[in-house]
Amino acid sequence: MKSKSKTRWLLVALLALFLTGCATTGDEETRVEDREGLTTEELEAIDRERAAEARGLEGQRMLEGAELDEMLEDPDSPISRRIVYFAFDSSDIREEDMDILESHAAFLTDHPDQRIMVQGHTDERGSPAYNLALGERRAATVKRVLVINGASDEQIQVTSYGEEKPAELGGDEEAWSRNRRAELVYR
Amino acid sequence: MRKPSSTLWAAALVLLLLPSLGKAELVIEITGGAEAALPVAIVPFGWEASGDPPEDVAGVITTNLERSGQFTALPREDFIETPSRRDDVRFQNWRALGVDNLVVGNIERDGDDYRVRYELLDVFTGERLIGKSFRVGSDALRTLAHVISDEIYESLLGRPGAFNTRIAYVAMSGNESERQWKLVLADADGYDPQTILTSREPLMSPDWSPDGRELAYVSFENRRSEVFVQDVASGEREKVASYEGINSAPSWSPDGNSLALALTRGGQTDIYVIDVDSKRLRQVTNHYSIDTEPVWMPDGKSVLFTSDRAGGPQIYRIGIDGSDIQRLTYEGNYNASPTVSPDGKRLAMVHRVDGRFAIAVQELEGERFRVMTPGGQDESPSFAPNGALVLYATRSNGRALLGTVSLFGEARRTMSTEGERIREPAWSR
Repeated sequence: MKSKSKTRWLLVALLALFLTGCATTGDEETRVEDREGLTTEELEAIDRERAAEARGLEGQRMLEGAELDEMLEDPDSPISRRIVYFAFDSSDIREEDMDILESHAAFLTDHPDQRIMVQGHTDERGSPAYNLALGERRAATVKRVLVINGASDEQIQVTSYGEEKPAELGGDEEAWSRNRRAELVYR
Repeated sequence: MRKPSSTLWAAALVLLLLPSLGKAELVIEITGGAEAALPVAIVPFGWEASGDPPEDVAGVITTNLERSGQFTALPREDFIETPSRRDDVRFQNWRALGVDNLVVGNIERDGDDYRVRYELLDVFTGERLIGKSFRVGSDALRTLAHVISDEIYESLLGRPGAFNTRIAYVAMSGNESERQWKLVLADADGYDPQTILTSREPLMSPDWSPDGRELAYVSFENRRSEVFVQDVASGEREKVASYEGINSAPSWSPDGNSLALALTRGGQTDIYVIDVDSKRLRQVTNHYSIDTEPVWMPDGKSVLFTSDRAGGPQIYRIGIDGSDIQRLTYEGNYNASPTVSPDGKRLAMVHRVDGRFAIAVQELEGERFRVMTPGGQDESPSFAPNGALVLYATRSNGRALLGTVSLFGEARRTMSTEGERIREPAWSR
């Protein structure tokens, strides 16, 4: 399932590249096919697509603009889930969140010029200053997992907002559990 | 805040609600009785002119003394007479009402100013302990009421009051898309709040310079934590620490020349000291754990700080040269946000007990440990300059507000403003 969606995203990426009309620099294969009946524009488009395909084998170095937005918004994208959660006073990554970080790491490895910010947050209880440091440690732990899984150090910045930017303002465990989090921010 | 569970806290909840005087004013509630508190009566000050006096000086004094937890004031409806000078007092009446000390006085117009005279009387001997008069402008009557409160407090208890002092806090308002943070200064009783900084990004950790002229705090205005120092009167401000990683938890040294603070450099959060003028930086702790929120001991030779080097957060002391580290707290698995009494004898902190956060006080000699508040989400304690009260942030019915608790009684008091979440209070020194 994971590799399937990866393939799918590669195709989407290629198509996007095609649509934005990147320069044609790659070697053109000689293919036997019927070019008759196509307009000049269509022929050029096919040529561009092939060039992009050739480059695409190495992967795009980074995504930006509408292409990145689409990737962030699509629920099937490997980077669609960008929040991991923590237990109280803990910066350990939960087993069930490991997949999320691994797919971000794979994405960052495939797009070596992509830059992200990891923001650490805590719930509103206890010491605000300690929470600021705890948020930093949560973000740093996320970064470490991403780097262990192939992302490079320079790709990832970490920061902490401690308890200052809760996702939810409620004063119960449901809200607190949603606020103890690290967010992976692509833009 | 959940209902107090222990019988200690369930006992005698007297609620006194003063009217809210407009949007920015704090709403004040006094909770909890005062055991072994001195019974006093503050008689409304005489006023000869027409209309009401511009300030209820006796009312302000009454609230102040009750808030200290060391006095119980006789309710006005129990008064038999309302004398305004010693010669008019029938002492046997006040003795019968169980009052030890009586305050009488009067206010007169004097041109554009007011002349205020008061006497503090011993009901048993009939002796006059204080007799004074002042001349002030109408805008200073409230301040004068605080000055008189301090004089009465010191005369009867033998230690200075802290009524004529100021507090700082962070107020957050607005919904999720339009949040706003304000740095607010107010009188110690919460009145006359003045906003000295407004930001669309978080503000944290205000701390008063020893001379009360400057505030250090953390601002996220550049999308990351940085430490600033701001002159209270002029509003002039300077960025003091903006290192890579977090810049947090500034605390003024007793001589006012440097700040202890917590920086994250090379991935670990440690305590540093920065000279405010030269910006020269010295590292104090060096440990892979979180070391944060330093506070100076009054002698300026060591700092207390929170560290989770033993697992959960606990409070430690270290020499400012990095020597003699010592763990101070062992009660429970979460003790943080240390604040030291001005005499250096007591430590107040946030203490987690049964999943609730309460304010606790520990004697630094002898290590006696007391939980001071019912708990819930009580945090960010700050000692009054006379060490008799602790100011802290608390929650009630989903609101974020300030509380005070007396070290010498059970009296607790809260202050809140409509539509604002009030946090991280700091009492001036």
